[in-house]
Amino acid sequence: MLTDTRPARQRTIPRYQRVPRWHRMDMKVSPYLYIAPFFVLFGVFGLFPLLYTGYVSLLGWRTDTAGSEHTFVGLANYGKLLHDQFFWNALKNTLAIGVISTGPQLLLALGLAHLLNYKLRGRTLFRMSVLVPNVTSVAAVTVIFVQLFGRDYGLINYVLGLFGVKHLDWQAGTWSSWIAISVIVTWRWTGYNALIYLAGMQAIPFELYESAALDGASRWRQFRSITIPMLRPTILFTVIVSTIGALQLFGEPLLFNQSQTPETGGSQHQFQVMAVYTYEMFLGNGKFGYGAAISWAMFLVIVVIVAINLTLARRLRGVEE
Amino acid sequence: MTVVEPVRRRGRRDGQLSAGKGTYALLGAVVLISLFPLYWTFVAASRTNSDIDRVPPSLIPGGNLFANLGKAFHETEMRLALINSFLVASTITISVVLTSTLAGFAFAKLRFRGRNLLLAGLVATMMVPTQLGIIPLYIMMSQWLHWNDHIQALIVPAAASAFGVFFIRQYLVTALPTELLEAARVDGCSTLRIYWNIVLPVARPAAAVLGMLTFMTAWNDFYWPRVVLTPQNPTVQVALSTLAGGYLVDYSVLLAGALIATLPMLVVFVVMGRQILDGIMQGAIKA
Repeated sequence: MLTDTRPARQRTIPRYQRVPRWHRMDMKVSPYLYIAPFFVLFGVFGLFPLLYTGYVSLLGWRTDTAGSEHTFVGLANYGKLLHDQFFWNALKNTLAIGVISTGPQLLLALGLAHLLNYKLRGRTLFRMSVLVPNVTSVAAVTVIFVQLFGRDYGLINYVLGLFGVKHLDWQAGTWSSWIAISVIVTWRWTGYNALIYLAGMQAIPFELYESAALDGASRWRQFRSITIPMLRPTILFTVIVSTIGALQLFGEPLLFNQSQTPETGGSQHQFQVMAVYTYEMFLGNGKFGYGAAISWAMFLVIVVIVAINLTLARRLRGVEE
Repeated sequence: MTVVEPVRRRGRRDGQLSAGKGTYALLGAVVLISLFPLYWTFVAASRTNSDIDRVPPSLIPGGNLFANLGKAFHETEMRLALINSFLVASTITISVVLTSTLAGFAFAKLRFRGRNLLLAGLVATMMVPTQLGIIPLYIMMSQWLHWNDHIQALIVPAAASAFGVFFIRQYLVTALPTELLEAARVDGCSTLRIYWNIVLPVARPAAAVLGMLTFMTAWNDFYWPRVVLTPQNPTVQVALSTLAGGYLVDYSVLLAGALIATLPMLVVFVVMGRQILDGIMQGAIKA
């Protein structure tokens, strides 16, 4: 077409290629019309709040003080944060529960995926069964586990008692509450992650295993030298998604606390995580400005932890190669 | 006792190793752990509070299920909660599937200025944790729009999903042949007709998975509903948390509440679990 230098009239354009004007308008405008509903909704209720949080965090806005929504305090909220022992406590609890819930969970998921990767009778049934915990709601699961973790009549203490362990008051202790909450998270997410690993495993060419077996590599060696390296992108993906999820944990620690003020996270705040602390500050105490500062701090923590994860993953790869 | 084990005892077929007894035993244990808490919920919900406190605990269902369900409905606004949850989850699902297929189609197959930039921005926002915006969202709902304690406060913010757009876009890029679109254009089809008559039918499998995942997420959502609703106009999850926050907790009633909150999702899962399973595993490969 570009080389066609004849006058326009002499060009023979087949009838079907003649595009009516409304059609050209349609081609030009339609794409924007189609993405508009998404971007309008997303802009107003997704993007705007994200940016506005930053602004609110610079205000002394609290619901008990009229006019405080216009009090600009600069970085004072962030300064206060650095000296707030409850913030550091919440950060500590979040990181601890994050490690205890994510680490074992992903290792278990890897093992479970390995088992599910065998040729199985009733394959679909197994896969669906391990996914069931993931479709139940956080609120229901936590309520159920609070009963199972009950001090006097809980099934878990009963079973532990059979092995001579004294009845634990799971909510009262720091470590015991961290472990109990991590058990709830692990129960709900292991199967889901196992299925993600399984999908990754099934994409590994079987010839790799065959030639390794011919070279006399043991099963364990094959798992370490073929499965794990081939799964690395998938593992990285699950580590990051689970980390982001764990750092935002809310329902489990809130409802694990059986009290009229569950947002305290236990009598000594022993399992108050960052999301729950934010909730206590802005909803319980009406401190919008301070709560927004905590939100940003939490976002920063998430970014830092994800960055550390990525760096570690890269370094591990470097070591093995 | 045979001296030489047959080399192919665990025969290799289709590139997979057959499972031994140990594998089945371990998997059986995992399945048991996955399902037991739900079975226990059913047992506890069908007994009385004093039954649950018995040592050793009884593992067989009793005859008190309907009495406990009745109490759960009586002590909270559970009927309203169920209606609210269904309304919220289905409205969100319809809206997310519509907005995602429209935008996903545009991003996958239409040319327009700024397409790549907008798509990159969309993917970037998927990484930002949703909790970051919760305080401004609460300010909007409580002080500007006065939607507090109304279910549109749950529906509208969740009506569009960046993940949904990306998910549908990824699917359509490969599943929708560009030649088909060109042929339709040559025949004089408007873009809207193409969307309705070609894109939607092609996108159906992905849209179904997105719809189910969206419905479940909306049904199970807890943080935002807990923030913006009250026990007088709750969703099921909020009503359940009200039940759990009482001074004297009757566990048989509480677990009956947990059963109400879970059962609809379990039914959905039993009916359509295969697609959800496939969706998660296909999504995993693409990710």
